[in-house]
Amino acid sequence: MRLVVLQVLVLSLLVTLTGRLWYLQVLAADNYRAAAAENGTREIITPAARGMILDSRGRPLARNRTALVVSISRTVMMRQPDAGRALVAKVARVIGKPVETVWEKTRLCGSAGAPPAPRCFNGSPYQPIPLTDEASTQMALQIMERREDFPGVSAELTAVREYPRPLGAVAAHELGYLGPVTDEELEARTTAATAPTAGDPQSPRSETVLQRTDLIGRSGLERQYDADLRGRPGVKSLSVDHRGGVSGVLSETEPIPGNYLVTTIDADVQAEAEKQLEAAIMRARGLGDINKGYATKLKADSGAVVVLDVRTGGIVAMASWPTYDPNVWVGGISSADYKAITSKKNAYPNQSRAFQGEFAPASTFKAVSLPAAVRAGYSVRGSYNCPSAYSVGGALKRNYESQAYGVISMRRAIEVSCDTIFYKFAYETWVRMGGLKVKKNAKDPFTEMAKSFGLGQRTGLDLPSESDGRIADRSWKRAYWKATKNFYCAKAKTGYPEVARKDPRRAAYLLQLSKENCVDGYAYRGGDAANFAIGQGDTTTTPLQMARVYAAVANGGKLVTPHIGRAVMTPSGQLVRRIEPEPAGRVPVSPATLTWLQAALRGVTEVGTGYGPFFRAGFPLGKVPVASKTGTGEVYGKQTTSWFASYAPADEPQYAIVMMVSQGGTGSGVSGPSVAELYKLLFGIDGSQVDLDRASPPGGHPTSDLPAVRPDGTVVQPARLARGSN
Amino acid sequence: MGTAYGPVAYSVPPRRRASVLLGRGSAVRRLDWTLLLAVLALSALGGALVWSATRPEALNSGTDPQAFLKRHALNVVIGLVLGVVASAFDYRMLRAYAPFVYVLSLAGLLAVLSPLGTTINGSHSWIVLPAGFSVQPSELAKVALVVGLAMVLAETRDGEVEPRNVDVVVALALAALPLALVMLQPDLGTALVLCALVLGVIAVSGAPLRWILGLVGGAALLAVVAVQTGMLKDYQLDRFRAFYDPSADPKGVGYNVRQAQIAVGSGGLDGQGLFQGQQTQGQFVPAQQTDFIFTVAGEELGFLGAALVVALVGLVLWRAGRIATQAEDLFGRLVATGILCWFGFQSFENIGMTLGIMPVTGVPLPFVSYGGSSMFANMLAIGLLQNVHMRRDHLSPRAGRLEPARLSLGNPRRK
Repeated sequence: MRLVVLQVLVLSLLVTLTGRLWYLQVLAADNYRAAAAENGTREIITPAARGMILDSRGRPLARNRTALVVSISRTVMMRQPDAGRALVAKVARVIGKPVETVWEKTRLCGSAGAPPAPRCFNGSPYQPIPLTDEASTQMALQIMERREDFPGVSAELTAVREYPRPLGAVAAHELGYLGPVTDEELEARTTAATAPTAGDPQSPRSETVLQRTDLIGRSGLERQYDADLRGRPGVKSLSVDHRGGVSGVLSETEPIPGNYLVTTIDADVQAEAEKQLEAAIMRARGLGDINKGYATKLKADSGAVVVLDVRTGGIVAMASWPTYDPNVWVGGISSADYKAITSKKNAYPNQSRAFQGEFAPASTFKAVSLPAAVRAGYSVRGSYNCPSAYSVGGALKRNYESQAYGVISMRRAIEVSCDTIFYKFAYETWVRMGGLKVKKNAKDPFTEMAKSFGLGQRTGLDLPSESDGRIADRSWKRAYWKATKNFYCAKAKTGYPEVARKDPRRAAYLLQLSKENCVDGYAYRGGDAANFAIGQGDTTTTPLQMARVYAAVANGGKLVTPHIGRAVMTPSGQLVRRIEPEPAGRVPVSPATLTWLQAALRGVTEVGTGYGPFFRAGFPLGKVPVASKTGTGEVYGKQTTSWFASYAPADEPQYAIVMMVSQGGTGSGVSGPSVAELYKLLFGIDGSQVDLDRASPPGGHPTSDLPAVRPDGTVVQPARLARGSN
Repeated sequence: MGTAYGPVAYSVPPRRRASVLLGRGSAVRRLDWTLLLAVLALSALGGALVWSATRPEALNSGTDPQAFLKRHALNVVIGLVLGVVASAFDYRMLRAYAPFVYVLSLAGLLAVLSPLGTTINGSHSWIVLPAGFSVQPSELAKVALVVGLAMVLAETRDGEVEPRNVDVVVALALAALPLALVMLQPDLGTALVLCALVLGVIAVSGAPLRWILGLVGGAALLAVVAVQTGMLKDYQLDRFRAFYDPSADPKGVGYNVRQAQIAVGSGGLDGQGLFQGQQTQGQFVPAQQTDFIFTVAGEELGFLGAALVVALVGLVLWRAGRIATQAEDLFGRLVATGILCWFGFQSFENIGMTLGIMPVTGVPLPFVSYGGSSMFANMLAIGLLQNVHMRRDHLSPRAGRLEPARLSLGNPRRK
């Protein structure tokens, strides 16, 4: 009887086991299958070759150089009886490096006994570990011819980024650079990439997932178009055992190389722009400061130049000084180099003054305040008095860039850059609007016009970290006062004793300023309005924004969106997409006023402040008329900012060029000559001869055809545009 | 028919040796073929699974990938020889050797605790012999205890009277010695198997019900006390904790449990195929050719293969139960019962732990797991079962019931 009970008991145990088996293997099998797959597979990533960045005519601005990389498989190392020590020593002898250094390179970062990064290996344990990327062919042959002596060691050609600087065109700020991926990005992209495909074991999980060894665009075009340039890495799925030993290949996909980015930049023009910008800086440094009786030399600490296609907004060239060689970033920047390009002492070479630098635009801003004055009711056909100073609410404001001209026409006011006439327009308008007790919702035509020309906001340029610039209008003044009044009110009480010791006059000025700012710093005064009209005061713009303003004047009022990317192409030559950003709209200026302004700006070059540089350069203005406006910005405590804004040909505009040199003296003296030289290149001018076929780019207009890419990835310059072919 | 009860070798004239094996009433005909075939099937399956479990490591290190398969086969052959020996002599004569076997196993267990013993997988249960051999005396202790218990509990009355209290006490004392030595190793798994075995044999012996209830209650109490007073090693407690919550620490304690379940679960209905299991070939489950051999069946042969293993074990247990039921005497019945409890509990514990319904304790799956000592002990037990089976009066219409009058004939202690 008890035996029967025992047997029933045993039977029930067996039934329990079978039931549990059924649950695990049939009902819950999918979960466990997924877990097993995760357990037993590892992926090896073959990085895709990054796409080239080409200039407008197909010359590479960024490309890949091949390097011979000797790497070792960790899996094979682990199988050696001595964990690969002897093997590593043998390889170290061949590649001529100390054994210990090479051994350290094979240690996984973070594992026991591993040296700190970057001496350790920062990749996946299943990835071959690169030991050197500067192996010679001789070394590679030594290894590959005796494979049995070097198990798991390979020598392969691998792509390394290179910025070849065609014709000397660096474009460091535009190209940007690559940097290693960070833990946060790794985490973020991994979650983003796995989330939507979680339930689908078939989907290749690593397609968009970043790898620890990846480089990604950190700045400039490399960052902006990272997704296009990156390509898709090849994924090799391996089955592995519990210690990571590889037991087989489950699947393999080839890497898809990144696409090419064709830009609007023309390497010839870019090289010349960089050269001319540097020339302007050096010219300024050779000149004395006009305000200090030429005794002090100009500092000319930095500068920028922008060459814009007035019709499309394509940037033909853009340069900033000081600059640096983008190749310093390749393979990881050294701390000395990094310090050099980010230090104040070197004036921050890593920052682009062209689209990140903010400067008071000075008289170049008159291209904006003239239409504003027209809108405020001042006729372009009227005559106005141009005194040497104008009384704004009792304070005399002087004519910065010119002298007293008496009663002159509006056109002459532009040509000679008379400030006092614009003081009058702005101040009278300010008074009409109610002065300090401004009527609600009253639109200031001057600040409104500045906004309409796209100032005070990003242009939409396809580069990261563009600056907004600033329109110092009523609301800005109020917000600024709120943010700073505590500081000024405290200073109004304490004064500036530390400044007073060195410079009592400056201390008194600062104290007066603090007192005013504390009490009613929010007020938009008549002086503010007057300053605004001549591009002075707290209003700032980037050189790129001003180039866009002059492009709008040139093209009949279309506010283009500046851009560098022109098209994305596959390495085999197929067009992926064109990059043609829509214009931001039209400026609210009547055609009559625009036509008048165009003529006035042309007059500036022919008989006004812009004449000097073109005359000295022997520029054939009769054949290629140029419209321009000079600017000399007053900056408190600094030397003046030199501006030269222009477009040409004035009768059929193609290019707008704006050059700016900080602490560079006058617009016509420093920037103007360089701009004239640039136009010579753009229109093929030699002496008084104009040969558009010899122009760069050819034809005297921006390149519109895309360079052809052969199926093998080599680039053909557009045939009929290639220089010297016709 | 009296001659049939003597040792086979003595009961048959030499000139008719062929018929000894094949003739009517011969040993071969009287064998429980179902039991034998089930055991052989399990051993063969075990060989395939051991092969699959050990192949990747061997391939990795460049040694013979069939080494473990060959050793397993050798163990089976040696085991079969031992089984033939165990079945050849009338089991009733075995009573004479029982004390010797018992003392021998105690000596083995003591030797393990001496400097001769070696620790493998946290258990100090091995004696390493020259030439790469090692024995696990606790496996042989199972056989010894089965025979010893049966001897004590069946001796005095041969079923006429139920065991007296004193008999039960003697039986418990007999069990306590090896149990204590096994616990000292410590080998919790074997200790639990011994407990199940003792409980089953005492229950079937006809001992008073209060003993059975008392023992079950006592065991429960002991378990509580053991945990409370720290009699169990930390790693043993960890195994229990992992049993309650395998996800607590998937890289540490719960690792075995988790990996084992992944392996079994990923097998699905029909398995991934021999040598194809990702978990198995990747050696993610520790002790895969021994204690966790069932995961290989689960992953590579799927539910169908795993259920086949369970069914074959069930077949063995059914035959053991049948042999116990049909045994001629109480001694034979108790021997068969002890083996039934041993195999039954050990198989349930082993498979249950890979399926996550029993805590992890290191016991092998009979006939399937790789391991010499275990295989030898198992085959000896099968030999004993065959012995009991062959020597019952299979022609008696009352087969299955005890025949006290006959039993005295073969009792060597009563001659």
